[in-house]
Amino acid sequence: MTLTLTVNGATYEVDAEPETPLLWVLRDSIGLTGTKFGCGVAQCGVCTVHVDGEAVRSCALPLDSVVGTQITTIEGLSGDNSHPVQRAWIEHAVPQCGYCQSGQIMSAAALLRQTPDPTDDDIDAAMAGNLCRCGTYPRIRQAIRRAAELMEDA
Amino acid sequence: MTVMDTHISRRTLMRAMLGAGGGLALGFHIPGAAAAVVAPKPWTTPTEGVEINAWLTIDAAGKVTIRVPHTEQGQGALTSVSMMVAEELDVPWKSVQAVFADMNRHVNQGGEYIVTSTHGSQLVRMQHPHIMRAGASARERLKQAAAEAWGVDRSAVTARQGTLSAGNRSGSYAEFATAAAAVTLDREPGIKPPDQWWLLGTAVARLDVPVKVNGSAHYAIDTRLPGMVYAAVKSCPVPWGRLAGYDAGEARNRPGVVDVVEFRAVPGRTGPNHLQDGIAVVADSWYRARSALDLITVEWDFGTDGGVSDETQAAEARRLWEEPGQVSHEEGDDTLAMIAASARVVSAEYHRPYETHARMEPINATVSVTGERVDVWSPTQNQASALEIVADELGRDTRDVFVHTVFIGGAFGGNGGGNTAVTRQAAMLSRQLGRPVKVIWSREEDIAQDKQRPPHYTRLSAALGENGLPEAFFSRAVWFAYQGASSHGPATADYAIGTMPYRVPNRRHERHNPAAHIPTTTHRAPGANQNGFIIEQFVDEMALAGGWDPLEWRLEMTKGMEPWQRVLIKLKEVSGFTTDLPRGEGMGVAVVEDHGSYCGACATVTVSRGGELRIEKIVLVMNSGYIINPLNAAEQMEGAACWELSHALNGGLQLRDGQFANLNFDSYNLMRIDQMPAVECHFALSQDGWWGGVAEPGGPPVPPAVANAIFFATGKRARSTPISRHDLSWS
Repeated sequence: MTLTLTVNGATYEVDAEPETPLLWVLRDSIGLTGTKFGCGVAQCGVCTVHVDGEAVRSCALPLDSVVGTQITTIEGLSGDNSHPVQRAWIEHAVPQCGYCQSGQIMSAAALLRQTPDPTDDDIDAAMAGNLCRCGTYPRIRQAIRRAAELMEDA
Repeated sequence: MTVMDTHISRRTLMRAMLGAGGGLALGFHIPGAAAAVVAPKPWTTPTEGVEINAWLTIDAAGKVTIRVPHTEQGQGALTSVSMMVAEELDVPWKSVQAVFADMNRHVNQGGEYIVTSTHGSQLVRMQHPHIMRAGASARERLKQAAAEAWGVDRSAVTARQGTLSAGNRSGSYAEFATAAAAVTLDREPGIKPPDQWWLLGTAVARLDVPVKVNGSAHYAIDTRLPGMVYAAVKSCPVPWGRLAGYDAGEARNRPGVVDVVEFRAVPGRTGPNHLQDGIAVVADSWYRARSALDLITVEWDFGTDGGVSDETQAAEARRLWEEPGQVSHEEGDDTLAMIAASARVVSAEYHRPYETHARMEPINATVSVTGERVDVWSPTQNQASALEIVADELGRDTRDVFVHTVFIGGAFGGNGGGNTAVTRQAAMLSRQLGRPVKVIWSREEDIAQDKQRPPHYTRLSAALGENGLPEAFFSRAVWFAYQGASSHGPATADYAIGTMPYRVPNRRHERHNPAAHIPTTTHRAPGANQNGFIIEQFVDEMALAGGWDPLEWRLEMTKGMEPWQRVLIKLKEVSGFTTDLPRGEGMGVAVVEDHGSYCGACATVTVSRGGELRIEKIVLVMNSGYIINPLNAAEQMEGAACWELSHALNGGLQLRDGQFANLNFDSYNLMRIDQMPAVECHFALSQDGWWGGVAEPGGPPVPPAVANAIFFATGKRARSTPISRHDLSWS
């Protein structure tokens, strides 16, 4: 079955079963591998993308539910690491292995769009769906606060 | 001031300290734009530039490309190796780019990188001599080339920040690179002592950060090749059980399915990377392969191992606690008789369950087998070993096998071609199907087939003397390690108990190592994490029973041991540790040696009356002898602390019917951001000629410090993990 998707502003014709999770269409069909596979059951958040600006877990999101939406992946956040969240992530040296960070960044970007000046509790609530095995959580907290400052300055 | 002209003194290093906010207390800056980079595609070795030796090239514009033979799994290898080479070569940091070294060349040309495995917190502490020598040798050859051109002695030439000079003559490294490549030195140079470092010891931002914030970093799982197909696999959930039969009729008819293939264990090949019985479904997308695999009904023969569970192991441990074990360490007179005769005895029983690695990148490998060559992408901690495994599986010459080093989505001692069968699976499938194959293990398969951290059951007792300090100390540990796992044996079982520093005049440590069918291997800070939790809580039990303050007890019992005293004195100074807190609040301390480094922790917790635990803060003090990058060292300490807190608070694999029951993150719970305390990292470095590791030692003291703090807050002692299963309520 052929479905039409809009990802990072571009249109793709995809031939896949309608129940196929968006993650595998992004990675295997379209070739956008910045969005990662971690658990397949929406528990770790490494597959987080934006659908119409909301952070969602693409590993558990059927393809036919996102037709007609605007999908943004980590590759579409900025072309040059200039998004405030990316700048803050670099400034605070957040990534270690880096595998979860696409998802962390997408969750953080969605949080800051809705809550420009998040409290610690806001950060914990918004980011608790994103696992990190390297233990970068303290730096994620610092970087989100920094990104909020950068967005305010802009 | 930039990092390039930062000269760090011994005194400055001693004060090196990172605050809770991650800000540097030292007066140097983290370099921004004017810094080294990772090459645009570090997984493809660039060809431009003149090769001075296997480790580096210099191009006409002066760019220095440093080839890193280790893997980057988040511990900072690209940055650390580049810093060590650049330190000796003496080039501006901004002119450096890092790439992964060519493993085919290493394996087939005499192992010129000496060590490629990346494990055991070894890279800096153990490999720095030969890595720095590579940079020093290149520098001296550049000086020799200039000396010959200028008709002066090499001793008259200086090499600094990419420029060679003698008297009024000077030239760039690039100008002399070709001549230097042909120079043979009479004698290879030594390496700089720490007091001459200009780059090492400064806070340098990791080179791999920018490519890890935009999705461009290439991990093995991201490999895509023309004509590639995808495989989902399921091996017997009871390790080394047999495939008795299966029905794949429905799976074969699913759209996109290419083939269903059996894996069979090969008699006599029972190592950690050998094939076990299982089934693979190959399809044109991984989701289609995985969906079809779920439709296959399989009959397994579990054998007698199908009856093993947590309960049977616990019963076995209790039985073995009553029998003498193998003595791993003994000092003084008859410890057991002294304890039996004492009127002041402290005793306790501790338990840690199986834990798994669960690195965020599930285990995977991509292999392309053709008549001419074999190409391999595998998230292994030793790329050279992956190359040899593939050559072995296919019966190919190692010269035909090319392993492409890419980023690894975490490893933590458990990874890749050398530790799982995935690389052999992909090689076998690609040969059989005649096209490139990417094998990805589902998260359930990743946990079920991982090589796990073994469980511990430990009974301890001590007899206290007149002064409240222990006169005799006894432990008997039961450790269920896999019978064939030579790399994870008795030495690890005893780590931090057999090697504990405390001066007890009479000590006896015994172990039982019963064979178990669950394969085990190293796990970040193997042994020290399990035993640190046990020994450092029991220390508090002994100290309190003897009327001692826990921190003063540790200071007293390590008197004269400089590396330990340095950590404990600093911990006392920076932590504000006190036992005088209201009910519901607590502070706890612990100190453990791991991978040659000494790390102390102080935890501050609050526990509500209802038993809700909140860890407010962790203060860490590390003595690793030296550090080459305080920024990365602090990142590793934070990470190691989170790693082991994750298992101590949550974690815990559940063994039932010979297999694990909790195979994904909805049931194997790991620490999330809302559980993570602030971590404050301090260094107390001996700088006395010895080097310790940095990536692992930050973990082991943290859970016992938390558990000790919980005791002060609640009066309850959590002698097993996960702590979340303990009722911590108080009134």
